[in-house]
Order: sequence, then C-alpha cells, then structure tokens
Amino acid sequence: MSKFLIPLFAFLLLVAVFVVGLTMDPSRIPSPLLENPAPVFSLPSLQDPAVEVGSANYANSMALVNIWATWCAGCRQEHGFLLELAREGDIPIFGLNWRDNRPDALQWLQTLGDPYIASAFDVDGRVGIDWGAYGAPETFLVDRNGVVIHKHIAPLNREIWERDFVPLIRAREGVE
Amino acid sequence: MIPELGHFALILALSLALCQGVLPLIGAHRNDAALMSVARTAAQGQFFFVALAFACLTWSFLQSDFSVAYVANHSQLALPTVYKVSAVWGAHEGSLLLWILIMSAWTVAVGRYSHRLPEDFTSRVIAVLGLLSVGFLLFTLFTSNPFLRLDIVPQDGADLNPLLQDPGLAIHPPILYVGYVGFSVAFAFAIAAMLSGNLDQEWAKWTRPWTTAAWCFLTVGIALGSWWAYYELGWGGWWFWDPVENASFMPWLMGTALIHSLAVTEKRGLFKSWTLLLAISAFSLSLLGTFLVRSGILVSVHAFATDPARGFFILAFLGIVIIGALILYAIRAPELDSAAGFKLLSRETFLLLNNILLVIAAAVVFYGTLMPLLYDVLKLGKISIGPPWFEFAMLLPMLPLVLLLGVGMHSAWRMQPHKALAKKLRMPALVAVVAGILIPGLLYGRFGVMVSIGTAAAVWIMVSALIEPVRSWRRAEGATAISRSMLGMSVAHFGVGFFALGITLVSAFTVETDQAMRKDGSVEVAGYSFELRELRNVEGANYQAIEGRVEIRRDGELIGEVLPQKRQYIVQKNWMTEAGIDAHWNRDLFIALGDQLGNDTWSVRVQYKPMIRFIWLGAFIMALGGLIAISDRRYRSPA
Repeated sequence: MSKFLIPLFAFLLLVAVFVVGLTMDPSRIPSPLLENPAPVFSLPSLQDPAVEVGSANYANSMALVNIWATWCAGCRQEHGFLLELAREGDIPIFGLNWRDNRPDALQWLQTLGDPYIASAFDVDGRVGIDWGAYGAPETFLVDRNGVVIHKHIAPLNREIWERDFVPLIRAREGVE
Repeated sequence: MIPELGHFALILALSLALCQGVLPLIGAHRNDAALMSVARTAAQGQFFFVALAFACLTWSFLQSDFSVAYVANHSQLALPTVYKVSAVWGAHEGSLLLWILIMSAWTVAVGRYSHRLPEDFTSRVIAVLGLLSVGFLLFTLFTSNPFLRLDIVPQDGADLNPLLQDPGLAIHPPILYVGYVGFSVAFAFAIAAMLSGNLDQEWAKWTRPWTTAAWCFLTVGIALGSWWAYYELGWGGWWFWDPVENASFMPWLMGTALIHSLAVTEKRGLFKSWTLLLAISAFSLSLLGTFLVRSGILVSVHAFATDPARGFFILAFLGIVIIGALILYAIRAPELDSAAGFKLLSRETFLLLNNILLVIAAAVVFYGTLMPLLYDVLKLGKISIGPPWFEFAMLLPMLPLVLLLGVGMHSAWRMQPHKALAKKLRMPALVAVVAGILIPGLLYGRFGVMVSIGTAAAVWIMVSALIEPVRSWRRAEGATAISRSMLGMSVAHFGVGFFALGITLVSAFTVETDQAMRKDGSVEVAGYSFELRELRNVEGANYQAIEGRVEIRRDGELIGEVLPQKRQYIVQKNWMTEAGIDAHWNRDLFIALGDQLGNDTWSVRVQYKPMIRFIWLGAFIMALGGLIAISDRRYRSPA
C-alpha cells in the first residue's frame, strides 16, 4: 500500500503551500510612502475648476485620502462603505478623482452620494503618481502631521476597516 | 423578480444535486433498484434548474438590469447584444454558473448514453458527478452568487472588460469548459470503478469515448484561446505561458496521457493503477486550475476575482475531492495486478514512454507555474518564470515524444519484430531527414540545426501517420478497411506533426520590428512593404478608435490592405489594440499600432509570421482525429 500513498502525500504538501500562499496578499507591494510625509499637492476642485483644493484641506487632522474614478468597478463597490464612514464622521475623507472626466465624476457623486470633504480633479494622473498609485481604488491613512501610516489597495469594507485601520487610528490617538 | 427566480432555481438545483449525489450511492451499495433509479431523474432535474438559473442571469443581462450587482459590474447599456450574452460568463460568478451548467449537461449525457452499462456502475458515476455539483453549487451560493442585488441602482453599468469584447472570447470559454469539465466524467468513472471494487478492463472501455470527447473540446478550446490571444492582445505571440493558459494546458497534457494509457488498459489489461491515477490527476488539475485562477493566489492578466474567502473555499473543496480520491486509490490500487507481459519493443513500451514524457511535460508546466508561489511562501523573494524558461524546458520531453511517436504508432501489442518495423519506417525517416534539411533552406534560405531537427520531426510524424490510412485506401478488394479508431489516431497524430511544423517555422523565421511610422511612410519587413495611407477616427457602439489604413505591397504590387485600430472603450477608458492582420495559409502579415509619437506618427509593430496558421490548424486536426475515434463502432455495440 505504501507506494500508492505517495500521490496523497505529495498533494497534502501542495495543500500546505497553498494555505500559506492564501494568507499572503499577492497584490501587496509595500509603499515607499509608509512612515514618510505624504505628498503635498494642490489641484482644481472637481466641483469648481476655479477653486484649488489639496493637502491643505486635511492638514492638522488625521484623514483618509481615497483615490477613485468612475471607470473603476472596485470604487463602486466601496462607495457605500465610504458613505457610512462619512456619516459616522470620525475621520474626514479626501477624494482624489484620478484620470477621470468631470461630467461622469460629478454625475457619480450626485447619484451615489458624496462622502468626501473635498474632491481634487487629477485629470492627467500626476498627483496619483506622487502617491504611488497604480490602480484604483487605493486608500491612504494620513496622520495629523501629514505622515502616511497605512495604505490599502482594493475596495475598502467594514471588515478591513476594523482590522487594519481602526487599531492604527486608536494607537495614534493614544499617543497624542 | 427574475434574478430571485434564478437564485431560487440554484437552491433547488442544490437540493436535487444532493439527492443525486447520495441516494444512488446508497442504492448501489445495497443493490436497491429504486434508489439507484433516482440518479438519472435527479440529474435531469438538476440540469433543468441550473439551466433555468443560467437563463435568468442571461435575461438580466439582456434587460440591462443593473440592480443585479454582477450585471452592473460587467455590462453596459451600449454593449452589443452578443457581448451582453457572453458577459454572462465574462467574470467569476457567471463562469462558475457556466461550469455547473456544463457539468450537469455532461451528467445528463452520461445517463442518456450508458444504458449498456451495469446499473450500479452508472448510478455511482452519476452520484459522483452529483457530489461534485454539490460542491460547486455551494461555492456559488455562498461566496459567488451572481444574483445579488445592489441597494443603490446605478444608471449604467461599468461595462464588460474590453479584452473580452471579441467573438473569439465569446465562444472560447464555453468550449474550454466543456473540455475541462468533461474530465470530471473520466474522474467519476474511475471513482465509481474503485468504489465498486470491480476494476477489470471494462471500465476503461466505457471511459474511453468520454475522455476522448472531453479532450477534443479542450484541444479546440485551448487553440481558440491561443488564437484570441494572438490577435487581441496585440503582441503577435500565440502562447504566453500565463498561469491561466498553463491551468488549461496541464489537464490537457494529463488528459492526453490518460487517453493513451486507457488504450493499454482496455486492450491489454496493463497499467491499471496508473490509468486510475491519471484519471484522478487530469480532473484534479482542472480543479487546481480553477483554484489558481479564482483564488487570485497567482496574479495574472486573466484573474477575475481576488478574494481569500473564495480561495479557501475552493481549496477546501479541492482538498476533499482530491484527498478522498487519493485515499480510495491507495486502498484499491494494491489489489490490482496484471499478469500480462510485454517485450521491450512493443506498443506497450512506447505508450509507457508516451505517458512518462507527457507527465514530465505536465510537471514542467506545474513547476514553472507554481515555483513563484513557492518562493514567495518560503520568503525567498518574488521571482517570475518567463516564456524562455518554459520554451527550453518543454523541449526536453517534447522532442523525444515526437520522435518516438512515429515508431510507436506502428508497433504491435506484446512484441514487434524489429526487422518489419525498420522496413516500414525506412521511407518516412528518409523523407523526414531530406525535408528537414531542404524545407528551411529552400523556402526560407537559411539553415539551422534546431529548425532542421524540428522540421524533420514534424514531417516524420506526418508521413508515418499517413502510412496506415494510405494503405487502407489502396487496399486490395476484400481486405479489411482501417477501423475508425485507427483512422482517428492517424489523423490526430498527423495534426501533431502539422502543429510541430507550425511552431518550428514560426519560431525560426518570424521577422519582427518595432518602428516609428509616419503617415505615407513605409516599413519593410521580409520583402513586404507596409505603407500607412490614412489615419481616421472611427466609432463603434461603445468605443472610439483611431484606425490606420495600411497598404501592403510586394515588389510594388498591392497584395492587401489592413485596418489596425487603437480603441478606447468609453466606459472603462482603457486602450485596446486591434491588430491588422493579412492572413494567408502560409504566412500572416501583422501590424499593430503602439503609441502616438506625434502628429500623424505612430510607433508600430510589424511582423511576418510564416506558417502560424498551422499551429491552430494542427490543433483542430488533432481534435478531428479524436472525433473520428469516438465514432468507432465498438463504442456503440453492446458491451
């Protein structure tokens, strides 16, 4: 019987590799911005091209910077949760509308709701590059001093929020 | 209402699948005819409800019901109707539903065409298939329900990934799935045989046509996928060793080995435990492919969903199915012994070598696909294994396989007198060597060791595959004609030669250049001149494009005109390259627009690809051979 057990053991070994593999996040690429000052920027506002918005809008408070676009399906997925966060009002969310077009983006905020304290219109994606964005949605947690303390790629939801963001926020609040 | 109906139909299908998976097994165990008779009826019922669910989802797409999350994420109002239908399987949830639909269709077919088999055997086969359905239905309902509604209904959808908006991709996944899923039938036959403990040669005979049918579909599906990648991805390659491609290629290699080993088991009663293991492996690799693709454990351009919950569910399912099968195997296999012997020079030996080489090839693909993951798991860093590695590593098993094929085809069972064999194969060998030297030299004006070996090997198979059919065709009055099985085998092997010739010539004589091209400028490649005559804006239903009109001339004479496009899809904003291809039986001229460099100046990729059609045509000929073999009389005559 023993030699006929070899396929079984070989497969069990494979399963072990997969279990470890699944607990890792294949899309995780460490951000060079972590624990470093976030980019300082100023862009035309999405709602009104004449008004400049940017990092000044969330200076001196902990904030989320959310990179989104109407072409991004994941952004639609997380939008409901962002609205909930905004309603709870614990943390301001700044929106960076990335490589998008204005009418679509405004339409989106009108129909789906607007969770953002302000939205910058980054049409050529230059500010997105400063943030190291390579896809949307991406969400950065920036502390009171403008230092990036967490980066999340992919749609945000309650579970990820409670697990990855809340402990970091509590820790910082404790220090300050 | 319609989506809820679909959801409900899926739940009913799950209940029926449970009946189908459990009751006939008990019936077969107790020899209870009433319980066994549940199998066919439950399978038909399950098929009905799965088909209903599938129809409901299709309906939601056609109606652009964006309250359904899956529809909202993968369709759009302006999407052409044909792509609204193909969008049903354009992403994770829907393609799972398609998988289940196809699996239940196979099950109904098994029930329909297995009246000659013992009732307890058929019941077990259908029950095993039912249990597999249960797993997939649970997976769909709990982690990947396509009928979930959105709270906020968007006015328009997010559109289908433009890469998938192509006729080739509309039909390629269903055909590929028919093949993939078809191996579940061979798997179920093997499990049923092991459960019943009756492992004589009969089960191999019953399994053969089903396995071959699945293999044919898989072959066509992979070929269509490769063709799609060739003209849609815009790079001019035909195989990228992408994990998703590999996921379909591994079961194909194992399935090919299985077809050959089943022949030995059926005819000679040998390799019994090996055949069982191959039947388990071929389907396990299909499942594994699904797991690798769906769990997002490997990042790939094809990856639809990256959700660890799904990954763990599939892994658990995979574990239960494969571990269960392998335990059963470990219990049953030692009981098998085969007394029959064979000489070194015999068909058995060649089929054994065939199996070893194909399994090595599958292992190579497996290693190359999973090594990056293993490195990551062991914290050795991120590595990637690319096409050059695969291309080199695949040569090691494939070249001997091709060379041995010609000899193996003409060897008799048990023992083959070597003198007769040498006499028969002298001509083909001579033709092959001459062709190997002359074809590259005369047609393409260049000699090379590898290209000569490749050409000789390809011609060798083609000529030796023709010996038997030609002999049968020219036979004397009254002599027996070649059987469908033999003819099918010859045709399929001829296809292998055709395919090998295509690969050899494409890889040796492709001419490729990336250049900047101005309007009214020209680029010369392999004696053809490409002239960009016009650049214009064109509009499709859901995209805008810049289209170039390129005239192709040879020696000043106009031989063709192609219209390469750079498309931007309106909703998702991404740019797609539609290559302009002037196709001819013995060469493709390929031009793709790259980036705009300035006013009326574009970077272009221009390629001359000799004999590339032979690659896909070779695959279709292989599948045709399979179909001919299935039509053999003995599969229809009473057992």
